[in-house]
Amino acid sequence: MSEFLQHLVNMLVLGGTYALLGIGLTLIFGIMNVVNFTHGVLYTFGAYIMFIVVQQLGLNFFLALPVAVLAGWLLGAAIELTLLRPLRGSDIDTTMLVMIGAWIAMQSGALWIWGGVAKSVATPFPEAPLVLGPVSVSWLRLFVLAAAAMLILVTYLLINKTSLGRAMRATFQDHDTASLMGVNVDMIYTSTFAIGSSLAAAAGALLGPVYVIFPQMGDLAAVKAFAIVILGGLGNITGAVIGGFILALAEELGAGYVSSGYRDAMGFLIIIAVLIFRPTGLFARAERVG
Amino acid sequence: MRAIITILAVAALASVPLWLRDPYLLNALITTGIFVIGAMSLNLLLGFTGQLSLGHIAFFGIGAYVSALTSLGFDIGLPGGFRLVHAPWPPIAGFVLAILIAGLCGYFVGLLSFRVRGAYFVIVTISFAEVVRLVALNWVELTQGPLALTNIPSIALPLPGIGELTLRTKMQNYYLVLVVALIAYLLIARLVHSHFGRSMRGLMENETLAVSVGIDVTRTLTIAAVISAAIAGAAGSLYAHYIRIIDPEVFAFINTVTMVIMVISGGKGSLTGPVVGGLIFGLLPVALRPVMAPEAQWIAYGGVLIAILFVLPRGIVPSLAQRFTRRRSGATALAPVALAETAAKEPA
Repeated sequence: MSEFLQHLVNMLVLGGTYALLGIGLTLIFGIMNVVNFTHGVLYTFGAYIMFIVVQQLGLNFFLALPVAVLAGWLLGAAIELTLLRPLRGSDIDTTMLVMIGAWIAMQSGALWIWGGVAKSVATPFPEAPLVLGPVSVSWLRLFVLAAAAMLILVTYLLINKTSLGRAMRATFQDHDTASLMGVNVDMIYTSTFAIGSSLAAAAGALLGPVYVIFPQMGDLAAVKAFAIVILGGLGNITGAVIGGFILALAEELGAGYVSSGYRDAMGFLIIIAVLIFRPTGLFARAERVG
Repeated sequence: MRAIITILAVAALASVPLWLRDPYLLNALITTGIFVIGAMSLNLLLGFTGQLSLGHIAFFGIGAYVSALTSLGFDIGLPGGFRLVHAPWPPIAGFVLAILIAGLCGYFVGLLSFRVRGAYFVIVTISFAEVVRLVALNWVELTQGPLALTNIPSIALPLPGIGELTLRTKMQNYYLVLVVALIAYLLIARLVHSHFGRSMRGLMENETLAVSVGIDVTRTLTIAAVISAAIAGAAGSLYAHYIRIIDPEVFAFINTVTMVIMVISGGKGSLTGPVVGGLIFGLLPVALRPVMAPEAQWIAYGGVLIAILFVLPRGIVPSLAQRFTRRRSGATALAPVALAETAAKEPA
């Protein structure tokens, strides 16, 4: 029983960052109809920003997170402006392949700049975990969960309570009509991609110190994000949050009770199962942004 | 005219080992040839049915593992205390089994994944390939996991009355790959120009219309998937017996991407496209090796993929074919339908 409780605690911590990853991707997928293969690279990028700010510049750990968010925002906007804006109106396969090209080039760029050796980040948190009865959780992981929850809340408010968010929701429903109503759709696309990218970078910056940082770390993260988006339904933020926690639970239970080698297979199995049995996602009725 | 070009091209390819003595270049040509076969099989799905399968490497890898395990033998435990023991068979049997089992896997994957389209289809196919990779990595008793299957025997051709010819040299393997590639090419060409091929292209251009004229979409797609997977399995088998060592990295997503790049750059839906694109991208690393670090090569790889999609979105062969046709007919512009026709009927 205590083992199960420990898995639940781990699920909570992991699920928060997975939800961040999923929200970023579901926004881009839902609003722009772009399968964003650079999402994992943005995750890696955020982790390396953490490494640069903390280990190389020697600055404060808590300062690194906003820096990573901002850097992810800028890189995302740059990708959208240079690669996606000129291809507006192309079919989804073309933009997908362009994103794959960008992913390969950027990941190899990370390998070239930082090398293949895994990096770790020192954190200001005590080594000893917080012990609550039968379960224990490290302070760093608690911070990660709190920061992820805060970022999810900010995104939720941004989408539901601001005029930018209203324009994004309108574009999701019908971009032609939104455009007729005076919404600058190009600007909405760039903002969406930048926001999604900054969330991926934030997830990387948060999970980077928990694990280690290496150039290919984003590949699995991207797949997990796809699993979450499919689980939650396209453009569905609440669905992405729930999907993030479901994936984390499936991984924890899979690793704990089946085999740790198959932990990373859970995301793929979920994708296959959901798409075969319920292709519109688990929460299909609520398929909209918000 | 077209026949002459084809014969000249085949003759040129067949003459390569006679004048090229550099083993490194010959090796690059053999592995490129194997990937060209994979790219041709991917083109059957991507170019002629319009389904972007990004899990294609799964069938290549399954072919490689089936062929390697058939010729190496294995001894695994089954639930209930039983053991499954397989004594080594000749590699040629592995080659045949690789084709059959990869085709069978293509059938099941097709059956499940053709329920969805577009981005969802892409993601399901990626997921299948990754699950297979994780199984290859974790089922250590069968596959040796990351330790790899080693000492895979070379393919031996049975020669009636004489005995066996074991293909050990690079030159022998080059001709083996060339022959398999030609067979795959002719098979795909024949298929595409058949009634079945018209059904495939019909549903690529307008699925609803195809259904309304009585094309059984799922059946057509599944048959295409089976043939495509079987050819990829043959390529995987050739790979296993040529390289003689395989590990789960054969399933890496980047290998699928390599095939996709070969198809897209050469021209999807063009028979010669994957061959042209495959030769360019298979040999590009060889050309770049003296001047660029491996990481920089991959950056260039990604950059070239983007550049091709921006500059030649329909691929090299269809673009050239269109220019050629236009000059000959003197027409200044072709209607979109005519373009599609040109792409489908480009000179082989």
